[in-house]
Amino acid sequence: MSTDLPIDLRLSEEQRISREGMRRFASQTMAPGARAADEAAAADPGVLAGIAGFGLTLMSLPEALGGAGLPRSPMGNVLACEDLGEGDLSQSLAALAPLGVVNALLDFGDEAQHEAWLPHFASEAPVPAAVALAEPRATFEPGDPHTRARRDGDDYILDGEKCLIPLVEQCQLFLVVAATDDGPAAFIVEADSPGLSRARQDYMGLRSAEPGTLTLEGVRVPASQRLANFDLERLVSLSRIGLAALATGCCQAVLEQCVPYALERKAFGEAIARRQSVAFMIADMGIEIEGMRLLTWRAASRAEQGLPFQREAYLAFLQSMEKAMRIATDGVQVFGGAGFVRDYPLEMYYRNLRGLSALHGALMV
Amino acid sequence: MINFELPKSLKNLQNMTHQLAEQGFRPISRKYDRIEHGDTPAELKPLAQMIAAGRPRGGGKSDKADADPEAVKNGSNLMGIVSVEEMCWGDTGLMLSLPASGLGNAAIQAVGTAEQKEQYGKLYCAMAITEPGAGSDSAAISTTARRDGDEWVLNGEKIYCTGGQRCDAVVVWATLDKSLGKAAIKSFIVPRDNPGMQLARVEDKMGLRISDTAALSFTECRIPMDHVLGSAEIADTEAARKKAFGGVMQTFDNTRPMVAAMALGVARAALEITTEILEKEGVKADFSKSPYNSSAIELELYRLEADLDAARLMTYKAAWMADNGQANSKEASMCKAKAGRMGNDVTLKCVALCGELGYSERYLLEKLARDSKIIDIFEGTQQIQQLIVARHLLGLSSRELK
Repeated sequence: MSTDLPIDLRLSEEQRISREGMRRFASQTMAPGARAADEAAAADPGVLAGIAGFGLTLMSLPEALGGAGLPRSPMGNVLACEDLGEGDLSQSLAALAPLGVVNALLDFGDEAQHEAWLPHFASEAPVPAAVALAEPRATFEPGDPHTRARRDGDDYILDGEKCLIPLVEQCQLFLVVAATDDGPAAFIVEADSPGLSRARQDYMGLRSAEPGTLTLEGVRVPASQRLANFDLERLVSLSRIGLAALATGCCQAVLEQCVPYALERKAFGEAIARRQSVAFMIADMGIEIEGMRLLTWRAASRAEQGLPFQREAYLAFLQSMEKAMRIATDGVQVFGGAGFVRDYPLEMYYRNLRGLSALHGALMV
Repeated sequence: MINFELPKSLKNLQNMTHQLAEQGFRPISRKYDRIEHGDTPAELKPLAQMIAAGRPRGGGKSDKADADPEAVKNGSNLMGIVSVEEMCWGDTGLMLSLPASGLGNAAIQAVGTAEQKEQYGKLYCAMAITEPGAGSDSAAISTTARRDGDEWVLNGEKIYCTGGQRCDAVVVWATLDKSLGKAAIKSFIVPRDNPGMQLARVEDKMGLRISDTAALSFTECRIPMDHVLGSAEIADTEAARKKAFGGVMQTFDNTRPMVAAMALGVARAALEITTEILEKEGVKADFSKSPYNSSAIELELYRLEADLDAARLMTYKAAWMADNGQANSKEASMCKAKAGRMGNDVTLKCVALCGELGYSERYLLEKLARDSKIIDIFEGTQQIQQLIVARHLLGLSSRELK
C-alpha cells in the first residue's frame, strides 16, 4: 500500500448506518427468539430471511451478475458478524454460511465459475450453501483433509466425511475442501449429487444452526467445479476472523446480561455488583472483549488493505476462542444457579461459544 | 477508516527510538542492573540530548491536523506510546533515569506556569505521592502544607519516589487541610537541595534497579509561595471539590497508557529473545498448525503473542482517543490492566520456556521478568484499574463500589 493512513478507530458513515440496522435486528428480533430456536434445534425462518434481507451476499457481487459491485470488505463483514453474533451466535452462523461460500467463490473462482455460480446468491434470498471443511477427528488439521478427490477423466471423484455444517439438510450447494495429488482443493458440490448423503448431528450447542455431517461416497464432480485459484490458508484465516467476530459479539451479550443482573441481585443486603469478586469478573469481561475486538478488527483491516494477515487472524482467533470461554463461564458464575437453568441465556452462550474450538472455515469474511 | 498500522511519521519515530534503545540502552542494561545505586549513568546524557533534538517541535503532525478539525489526529499521546514501547524494549530502568523524564516533569508541563516551566522544565523532576500510609488511595495522604507569610511549609514522609535521589526537584503532594479531603490536596515543587527535605533511604529492589526509588522526609521544609502547582485555592462546594481532585486524577488518563506501553516494550523484548533462543533449538512457531495441534511450546508462544498484541491495540486505542479529544478514562484503565498483567505473565513464561537459559543471567530474560512486576503495580495497580473499569461498566460511583 502506498497510502499513508493514520491510526484510525472511526467507522465510516456507511458502516455506522449498517451497524445500526443490524444491532436493532439483533436486539429486537434475534435475542428474544434465540432460546426458543435453541430448544427447537431449528433456525427461525424469519431470522434467516431477516439477515438475508441485509443483502450481505449481494454487496460484493459484480453488477453484471446482479450484485452491488462493491469491493470485498472483510471489515464490513466483521462488523456484521459482531453485531449479529450479539443477537444469537448460533443462528448467525447458519444465516451467514452462504456469505462464506460467496466470498470463497469471489476470491478463488475464475470468470466462468463466477458466472455459473454467483447468480445463485444475487438476491435477498440466496440459496442455502455452506463451506464444508471440518472433519470429525480430534486432530483435524485444515491443511491436511482426509476427504480425497481423485481425478477421473473430466471429473473428480470425492470420498470422505465433513462435519459441523450449518443448515446441512437445507443446503443446495457445498464448497467441499478435499485433498488432491496437487494439494488441498475446493469443489462446488450440488446437494443432489449421487453418493452424497447428510445427517443432522446433535451438539452441545449451536443447535439452532441445524448443523450436521456430510458424507461423500464416490461423488462425481466435473473438473470445472474445482475452484481455479483456491488458497486454503486465505479461507482458513478469513474464517478465523469471522468466527472471532461472532465470539466477540456473543461475549458482549454475556456482559450485557451480567451488568443489570449483578446490579439487581442482592446478597447480604446489597447488590452483588458492589462486591469486588463479582465486579472484577465483570471488569475482566469488558477488558478482554476489548482486546478480542481490536485484534479482530486489525486482522480484518489488514485483509481489506491487502496486507498479509494470516498471523493476525490466527492471534485474533486464538485469543477470542480462549477468552470467550473464560467470559462465558464467568457469565454463568455471576448468575450462579440462575446461570445454570435454562430460563436465562447464560448457559446457552456457554454451550454455543465452546463451538468455536470445533469450527473450521465456516465463515469466510 | 479502521486502521491500526503505524503511519510513516510514527514509523520513523519508532525506528529512531529503537536505534537509540538498541545502541544506547541494551549494551549497558546488565551493567547498571548490577551497579544499582549511583549517579545518573553518564551514557544517558548524550542520549537525552538526542531525544530532545529529535522531538518534533509543537507536536509535529497534530499541528497540521489542527487545520482540519474533522481530520483524525495521531498526536503526542500516540507518539509517546510508540517511543515508550521502544525505549522499554531497551531498558525500562534506564528510560526512567533519563534526565527530564520524571513524572514531575509531566505534571509541570501539564499545569505549571511559564516561570515554573522555564525554571524546572529541563531538569529532572520527580513526583512524590505515596506515603507509608497511603498507596493506591492517594486521597488519604497526610503530608501537610501550611502557609506562613510568603512561604509554604511542608511536613511529612514520602516513599517510593522514582528519581527521588538523583532528581533536581520533586513535585510533592500535600494537603492544606486534611479535614477537607481530596479538594485540599495540592502539589508543590521542592528543589532537591531545599533545607528541610531529606533523603531518608534509597530502596533495594527486585527490578528497575538503576532507577532510584527514594524515601524523603519533610521537616518544616520551606519553599517560596510561587512553588505551588496550579491553584492554591480550596474549592468551597462539594461539587467543586470533587472536580478539583478529578482534574488531578485525569492526568492518569494520559499517563496510564504510557505505563501500559512500558509493559509492551518489556514483553516484546522477552518474546523476541525467547523466539531467537527457541529457533536455534529447532522450535518454529510459524502458525502452520491449528492451536491445539501445535506443540505446547508453540501454543504458549502464540498465546503470549496474542496477549501482547491485544494489549498493544488497546493501548493504541486509549492514546488515539486522547489525541482526538475523546474521554478515555475507561480505556486508559483497561489498557493498563491488560498490559500490566500481560507484561508480567509474558516475561515470566519466557523465562520458564527457556529453561536454564531463561533463568540465568546469560540473557536479559530473567531481568525483564524482574522488571515487569512493578508495571502491574505503579500508576495504579491492576486491581485499581479493575475497580475503575468495573465502575464504568456497572455505572457505580466510587462510594458504591469500593
